[in-house]
This record gives sequence, C-alpha cells and structure tokens, in this order.
Amino acid sequence: MSLLTVLIAEDSAADLLLLSTIVRRQGHRVLTATNGQQALEVFTRERPQLVLMDALMPVMDGFEAARQIKQLAGETLVPIIFLTSLSGSQALARCLDAGGDDFLAKPYNPIILAAKINAMDRLRRLQATVLQQRDQIARHHEYLLHEQRVAKAVFDKVAHSGCLNAARNIRYLQSPYALFNGDLLLAAYTPSGDMHVLLGDFTGHGLPAAVGAMPLAEVFYGMTAKGYGLAQTLREMNAKLKRILPVDMFCCATLLCLSAQRRVVEVWNGGMPDGYVHEVATGRRTPLVSRHLPLGVLAPEVFDDCTQVWPMALGDRVFLLSDGVIDTADANEQLFGVERLLQVFAANREPERLFEDIEQALAGFRGEVRDDVSLVEISLLPEQALHASAIQYTDSGQSCPLDWSVSFEFRAETLKRYNPLPYLLQLLLEIHGLRGQSGALYSVMAELYSNALEHGVLGLDSRLKRDVQGFADYYRQRNERLALLSNGYIRVHIDVLPTGAGGCLSLRIEDSGAGFDVETVLARPLDIDRLSGRGLNLVRQLSSHVRWSDGGRSVCVEFCWEALA
Amino acid sequence: MSVESEVSLDGTKLTIAVKGRFDFGSHQAFRDSYERFYKVPDIYVVDLKEATYLDSSALGMLLLLRDHAGSDDADVRVINSSSDVRKILAISNFDKLFDIS
Repeated sequence: MSLLTVLIAEDSAADLLLLSTIVRRQGHRVLTATNGQQALEVFTRERPQLVLMDALMPVMDGFEAARQIKQLAGETLVPIIFLTSLSGSQALARCLDAGGDDFLAKPYNPIILAAKINAMDRLRRLQATVLQQRDQIARHHEYLLHEQRVAKAVFDKVAHSGCLNAARNIRYLQSPYALFNGDLLLAAYTPSGDMHVLLGDFTGHGLPAAVGAMPLAEVFYGMTAKGYGLAQTLREMNAKLKRILPVDMFCCATLLCLSAQRRVVEVWNGGMPDGYVHEVATGRRTPLVSRHLPLGVLAPEVFDDCTQVWPMALGDRVFLLSDGVIDTADANEQLFGVERLLQVFAANREPERLFEDIEQALAGFRGEVRDDVSLVEISLLPEQALHASAIQYTDSGQSCPLDWSVSFEFRAETLKRYNPLPYLLQLLLEIHGLRGQSGALYSVMAELYSNALEHGVLGLDSRLKRDVQGFADYYRQRNERLALLSNGYIRVHIDVLPTGAGGCLSLRIEDSGAGFDVETVLARPLDIDRLSGRGLNLVRQLSSHVRWSDGGRSVCVEFCWEALA
Repeated sequence: MSVESEVSLDGTKLTIAVKGRFDFGSHQAFRDSYERFYKVPDIYVVDLKEATYLDSSALGMLLLLRDHAGSDDADVRVINSSSDVRKILAISNFDKLFDIS
C-alpha cells in the first residue's frame, strides 16, 4: 500500500480531529479544511491524492467543492469519499452527481475507512497506469504514422517516377497508403512507346509488405526504360524477390505490356485475381487468368516467364484488380465477389463510365471503399508521339564514338533465350546525336528484329493474326517453333559514319529465312499491315531510306542527325 | 482456430489438421506443429477438412512447411480442401508445388 496525501474537509472540529488521527495512524499525510472554499484552496496548492469531504459545510458545501476539485483534477483520478450522516437515497445520489466515488457513514470505523482508502488507492493507480499506457500508445502511433509518411515519400519518388499519373489512358483507384497493405501499382513507357503496367500484392501488411516493393519498382523502371521485354523483367523480379524475401513472403502480380502500335496486350499473371480485356465493340470480356505462381516463390531455374498475347482494338480496355475488390465485404460479411463484378460489366452501356460504375458498385456495396482495394483501367488509345526515354545521362559527350562499325550474328541457341535489343540500344545510345531519337530507333529495331525472327527464322505467316483465334494460334506456334529451333541466324550490322555537321547510322538486319515478296506486302492497306503484323509502315514512318534486298531477307534503315547545338 | 498434428505409427507421415481460420493467427501453432518433432517424416499431410478460411499468410505458411520438408524434394499434400479454399490455392497456382486434393 502506498502512503498518500489525504485532504479532510469537515466543519466539525471534533470529527476533523478524530478522522485526522485515524488517517494519520494509518501512515498517510493529512491536510485539513473546514469548509468547501478552503478545501478548494488546499487542493489547488497541495494536490492531495485523495479527499474525504463532508457534504454539509458553511461558505461552500461539499457538493460544489467536489465538483470543482474533479474539474481541477482533469484526467487524473482523485477519489472523493463523502463523509455523511445523510442516509436518504436522494442525498446520496447528490453526492454521486457531484463526482463522489464512495461514502463513509458516521460513526467512523477505522477499519472500514482503511479499506475504503486502500480500494480507492488501487483504483487511482489503475487509472494512472491506463492513462500512461494510453499516452504511450498514442506516442507510438504518432511515431509509426510519421515513419510511414517518410517511407511513403521516399517510395513515391521511386514508384511514381513512371507515367502512372501522366498517362491519359490510365485510370486507377488506390488508397494513398495501399503500399502498407502490400499493394503496388507501377506504369512506365518502353523506349518504343509501349506501356508496361504492374499491379502487385505482397503477402502480409504493414512495413514488411512495403519493404519488397522498393526493389521490385527499381527493377520494373530500370528494365522497362532500357527496352527489356516482359519475360526478362519478370525473371529479374522473381530472382530478386526470391533472394531477398523470407520463404513465406511473395508477391502476387500481373505484369502487362500494352502496345498501341501493334494493338496487342501481352500479359503474365501470377496469383492475382482474373483481370479482363474488355472489347468495346462486342462487349466481350476475355479473362486474364493467373497461370503462374507468384513472384518470389520459385527458384530462377524453374521460373516460368511464359506470357499470353491478346489483340485489342482502339478504345478497348484492360482491367486489373486486387483481391481487395473481390473480398470487399458488406455489413453482413457477404463478399462482393466475382459475380457482382461481372454483373457491373454486363450492365454497362457506356464504356467511358465503366470505371466509375465499378467504383460506385463497390462503394454502394460496403458504404465505403476499403484501403486495400486497387483497381486500374488501361485503355488503348491512338498512339501518341514517342515518349522520351527516362534514362538520364551523366556523360559530357566529348568522348562520343562517331566512326565505327560492328556486326553480330545471333544463332539458334541464342535466339531461343536472349533478346539482344536492350544491349544494342545501349550501345547505340553512346552516340549523343541518336539519343533524341531513341524511341524511334528502338521501335524500328524491335519491329525489324521480330520480323526477322518470327517471319524469317521461324517462318510464321503474319496473315494468321487476322482474328482472335488466329492470334492465339500465332503466338502458340511462335513459342513451339522457337523451342524446337536448331538452326538459323539473325545478323545485325551497325555502321556509324560522321557527316559534315553530324553523323549517320545505317542498320542492316539479315535473317536465314525464306524472304518475302516486298512489293506485295508494302502495297497492303495500312490497317491490315497493322493488325497482321509486319509493322512496315511504322518502320517507314520512323526512319529514312528503308531498303529491302536479297528477296526480303535483308533490310537496311538509316538514322541521321545534325550536330548538337 | 486450432492446429493439431499427429505422426503415423511407423513414423513416416505427419498429419497437420488446421481447424477454423487458417491465417496469421495460426502462424506460431502451425510452425510448432511440425518443428516439435525430432524425427523427420517422409510425407507431410495438411488436412484442411475443418478449415473455414485461408488467406495469403496461410499460403506463406505452406511455403515455410515445404521449405522445412526439403523444398523441391518435399512431399507435402494438402487434403480435404473445400471449393473456396481450392479456388484460393488455384489462383496462386499452388498446385504446382503441392499435391492438392
């Protein structure tokens, strides 16, 4: 038991003496007052821990004094025990209303008084502990929020270095602190103007879930800007997460590449709920089903980077969502579910409003949107001017190479598993004069390389891609033939020459295929060229002096530049 | 939530039965259920007959068990999964790592 300072307010001198003696004998320090006004003054000056208060006193009665003492004490519990000869319920109720915690009836019994003082002291200390812990929790909470704010600010610098907010074809719904629920949404342009989008969901919540997001975002932006395709980017992400995350942590993710030029979307889904390609003309929805384990689970040797490709028309949309959308529960613990989502799709008549429709359906279902809901809509819009590469250069340009040539021959085993384009682009961007055209350069290289590989080496017929079924066949055959490839080559010749004011790059790509009838293919209308795929018009738009030779087996393009100002 | 484990008489099979919600709350109990056995069994069976719910941290726990049981050489079977549980396992393609029935 602790020793307390006890204030006794009592107008009868005899009672005051008696009580003081009893309380002092129990070891407590005693302060006295003979009316309410005096009690208030003593309390203000000495801050006793417990008060024994007579109800009826001159100047100011015990009720008013108790009320004021409780107000002065604030959150701290200062127990007030009323001393009373009153016994009517109404009088006792007045004591309670005034803030009294207990009563002591005359005649005073030392044992009962000791018990009451002890009980009140326990209560007082309990209250003090609760307040202390409350303040501690509040401080921790404040600290945690501060940490999250800082972490988020750092992360935003990394995560939003892409085009999520700038691109006019992306709409998304995500709570600002979704990161701490493990949700991650990234978007960036490739050098050729395609768009890569990643929607990820790390296991768990809070800081652990957010920690893995940083390296994932770095890999995503770095590799996208350098022109790596989905397969290589996925491999790198998976290997990195596998290396740094504990065994029971992983990241469900959908990664896609949307190409406005080629009017296709390439998708890899590992562990996310179905996304959808929504065809505006027919209202048809193609589900983008999870076919893989999440990122960070499998060892690099067994990781499967196989993607699927779907055709898209202008205005078509891709929807991706996190499981928070489907698992949104209403007041009765009913889940929103896939069925309701599909009903929203089916009921929609204006594709422009589809995103709002889903948003409203979710909000209407629950009353509010949960903070682990991520929803993103990416539309295929007519292609915009190529976006400047996000790579920042730090060299001065003094040592830029201007007079050289190099040739490569990529043979079957290499063609199967290696994409040389990012490497070639890095090499060419050593030339400062070409950096302004890096997008066009990469687009042209990518088109010509994939033509050489798919139509040349693999002998695929581009006319297959006329409809959706043919499209799927085309990419299935592409994968099969590539897996079985045992001979064939693609040669790349790069020749850089200085001219008076600037320089000129000539790029020649040859393949081991059967060639094609250049005249006929070039005479095809633009739309067919676009859909069924050689993208030759694009090549002609973006580069000068496109020439085929050797029966379509060899193509040469030129890129020239003036001296830099 | 409860986790019970039992070794077969010949000591070759460890059966772990999860009851109720299989989520982060069962993390410690689930780990204890296989880590406390001295002898290493050949086969691990996770019985989800009475599991009502499974979240992504449960998937993480299954990965921990698989890792404990020898990673790619592990024989871990998930049995008696309800259609809801099976759907969750299917989205994550866990059938590529576990024998699910």
